[in-house]
Amino acid sequence: MSYLPPWEQVVRVLLLSDFNTRVVVVGVALLGMASGIVGTFTLLRKRALVSDAVSHATLPGIAAAWLVMVALGGTGKWFPGLLIGAAAGGLTAVGTVLTLRSVLRLHEDAALGIVLSVSFGIGIALLGLIQQMRRGSAAGLDSFIYGKTASMLTADALLIAVISLLLVVTAVLLFKEFHLLCFDAPYAATQGFPVALLDVLMLGLVVAVTVIGLQAVGLILIVALLITPAAAARFWTHDLRVMTVLAALIGAAGGFIGAGLSALVPRLPAGAVIVVTTSAGFAISVLFGTRRGLLRLLIERRRADRRIRREHLLRAVFEHLESRFDVTPGVQELAAGTVHREQLARHRGWTRAELAAALRAGLRGGWLHRPTDSREEFRLTAGGAQQALQVVRNHRLWELYLIRYADVATSRVDRGADRIEHVLGPALVAELEAQLDRQRDRAAVAESPHALALPPAPLAAGPGNPAGSP
Amino acid sequence: MNWSYLDTGIVVVAAVSATSCALIGSFLVLRRMSMMGDAISHAVLPGIAAAFLITLSRDTAVILVGAALAGVLTAAFTQLIHQAGNVDRGAAMGVVFTTMFAVGLILIVRSADSVHIDVHAVFYGSVELAPLNEVLVAGARIPRALLILGAVFLADLAFVLLLYKELNLTSFDAEFARAIGFNSRLIHYALMVMVAVTIVAAFESVGSILVIAMLIVPGVVASLFTRRLWSLLVAGQAVALICALGGHLTAITVPRWFGLSDTSTAGMMTVVAGAVVAVALVAAPERGLAARALHRVRVALAVGREDLLVELMRVEERAGRPPRRRELVREEPSRIAGRSTRFDRTAALLVERLRGHVRRAGAGYRLSAAGRTLAARLLRSHRLWESYLFAEGDTAAGEVHFAAHQLEHVTSAGMRADLARGAGATDPHGRPIPGASDAEHADRPARPPDGS
Repeated sequence: MSYLPPWEQVVRVLLLSDFNTRVVVVGVALLGMASGIVGTFTLLRKRALVSDAVSHATLPGIAAAWLVMVALGGTGKWFPGLLIGAAAGGLTAVGTVLTLRSVLRLHEDAALGIVLSVSFGIGIALLGLIQQMRRGSAAGLDSFIYGKTASMLTADALLIAVISLLLVVTAVLLFKEFHLLCFDAPYAATQGFPVALLDVLMLGLVVAVTVIGLQAVGLILIVALLITPAAAARFWTHDLRVMTVLAALIGAAGGFIGAGLSALVPRLPAGAVIVVTTSAGFAISVLFGTRRGLLRLLIERRRADRRIRREHLLRAVFEHLESRFDVTPGVQELAAGTVHREQLARHRGWTRAELAAALRAGLRGGWLHRPTDSREEFRLTAGGAQQALQVVRNHRLWELYLIRYADVATSRVDRGADRIEHVLGPALVAELEAQLDRQRDRAAVAESPHALALPPAPLAAGPGNPAGSP
Repeated sequence: MNWSYLDTGIVVVAAVSATSCALIGSFLVLRRMSMMGDAISHAVLPGIAAAFLITLSRDTAVILVGAALAGVLTAAFTQLIHQAGNVDRGAAMGVVFTTMFAVGLILIVRSADSVHIDVHAVFYGSVELAPLNEVLVAGARIPRALLILGAVFLADLAFVLLLYKELNLTSFDAEFARAIGFNSRLIHYALMVMVAVTIVAAFESVGSILVIAMLIVPGVVASLFTRRLWSLLVAGQAVALICALGGHLTAITVPRWFGLSDTSTAGMMTVVAGAVVAVALVAAPERGLAARALHRVRVALAVGREDLLVELMRVEERAGRPPRRRELVREEPSRIAGRSTRFDRTAALLVERLRGHVRRAGAGYRLSAAGRTLAARLLRSHRLWESYLFAEGDTAAGEVHFAAHQLEHVTSAGMRADLARGAGATDPHGRPIPGASDAEHADRPARPPDGS
């Protein structure tokens, strides 16, 4: 395990100076690219696992091709012949799955499972027979199960490269058709696209990728190349075009790095390394993806939490100060009133730590300050007072709206408003204001920020505001 | 064929592993998670390898624990990727199991410092050799595989019996189960543990190919025949036994026909399983191809017979003479029974003559009294529908015939009475609607239709 390849060898592999390595690495990278592109379409068509059934079904195809070639007097070693057999097996599987699903109305998962297991069983049974036969050379047939990148011949790698390129070109040419098929098949049908034919064509591409990938990564792991790059790309973008390109890049990188690594380090199964490399790309996408990556979700969640905490604190301060005045306070009154930590603690169901965090955030954000030397007393800054008015105003508008229009009981309205006020956009707030103002036949309430900030009393004093009274 | 003690052993071991897989796998099928069997069967590899590398023991208990952990991890990761990334569940499964399998492969190959370990040789048994590896239990020599698989089968059985209600509910209606307070997630993961344990126990003694097929095929076949959970499970057991016995029999007989010796029993078991699926798809009641074809033929014949009677009455009405054969036997589109062909019509004419509704009259055919009542009823339905569709349904007069032509076959006496309330004496084309007195009373014919 501690074996490290000499630096010159690393450079040689990286620069692809060795001809055989170059062909193999480039071939596998192209394979990764083709499977990334094809996989994008099958993923969006929700057919990702079809590739699993297809890849297992190539085994009986290969075995049958070998038997046919031996029966015709050959050795059964002719690589393209075996690939043709594999393709026939894969296509049979696709046809069987589609028939089981549409004609015999089995669920897709059951159809896939049956085709996968039965055809693999047939393959194993045929291999069992082949191994007893004296004619031909059966050695290496089961290398299709796990793949043998290292022992790949130059000619095999060239074949893989050429077919991969052809697949990429086909997929690019049919991009518009597949795009439509993935997102809205019924619409595609109404527009006169031959949907069934396109489906078969798409699965035909899957069969092609699987067949040429057998030698490189083996029939169990080729599934990964068809699924993982596309699934990874999905974490970065909504756009199919970008997603396809990304999937192609991730697949190609996985193939390149994986094949390169296994050329450098002995006893590293190439197929597995390629898959693990691609999966590493997937893991990175899951964590850091810009569309649905976990990190991004986490940041957004934290940002929302922080905003909600800030708004809760502002409202708590406001409501506490409000209880000292007869009329609703304005910016000056708010900025002049001091609140004590204990008073705020009683205001909401905060734990000490939560309150402390909220207060710290307030001090840091510049909307709270400590007017005295006491660490327990706080006062709103002018900016904080403005914000507090705005937050309370939103909250109360919502309470009013929920009571008037959504038929929410007065005693429960505060909780509803509490949740919704944080998701309101300014446009919606303006619309609500306008509606309520019209309702009340009040002319513009909007002269001063003070008046604007507060809906009139009924609610503030009403039972809809239980949180306001500690 | 030479049947020996060994063959009995092979079949017994195969049967126990197949029934274990069938019992637990039926729930995968019901939950539309058939591919989970394949996924877990690959994904347990790193669990097995890690358990082996950490403890350096090939003890079954250790390996089962590793496998169970790997199974739960697979299910959990699949769920995470599916939910967090909004990735299709199948794709999520594909990513997870291929990664885990690859990691397992690398672990095994890298950790074998000097010798190359063949994955199959180390961790995957073969059903043909399973009976040979015997252990002593209470003085009796029992195949080790049988001991392990028997224990796993009993564990599966206990799991299913104890959680029967929960599994039933969460498999058929997970939402409802959640709504009434069952913890479907816990049950899901418990099921995944059982699946993983069953898979690995079967792997270790009989090999992997058999397992994936036996998890799914019995459940699928059984679900074609029944919709009750307990009968589905029992039928699944029967299918598993058929596959075990049939698989071994074909494995030791079929290759002989070609001058070869035996092939893989596990492989042939899945081939037999495939054959069982094919037979079930053809022969299953209701959903089978044969039943559906038969149903289609019966509907076509029934519709064809009714159309024939009405046609006879129409031609009589129009031409005032018994219609000729060629006026009756002709092709006509029908939306209920597909296109009715000349063959269908000939068959319909034959049946109606046998039933005494139609008789020969010179060069043509005429209706008997019973046939006339039936025809009048259908024609009444037809023309009542035409009137209704024209008046109420906003359908053009030229269009109403086609709709009424379909509806006449499915109209009951009660519907005719309702329709008649709004209808006049003629249809929109001005032809008379047969009266209720002519059409309805023969519902229960007073005498057999021997005519008058």
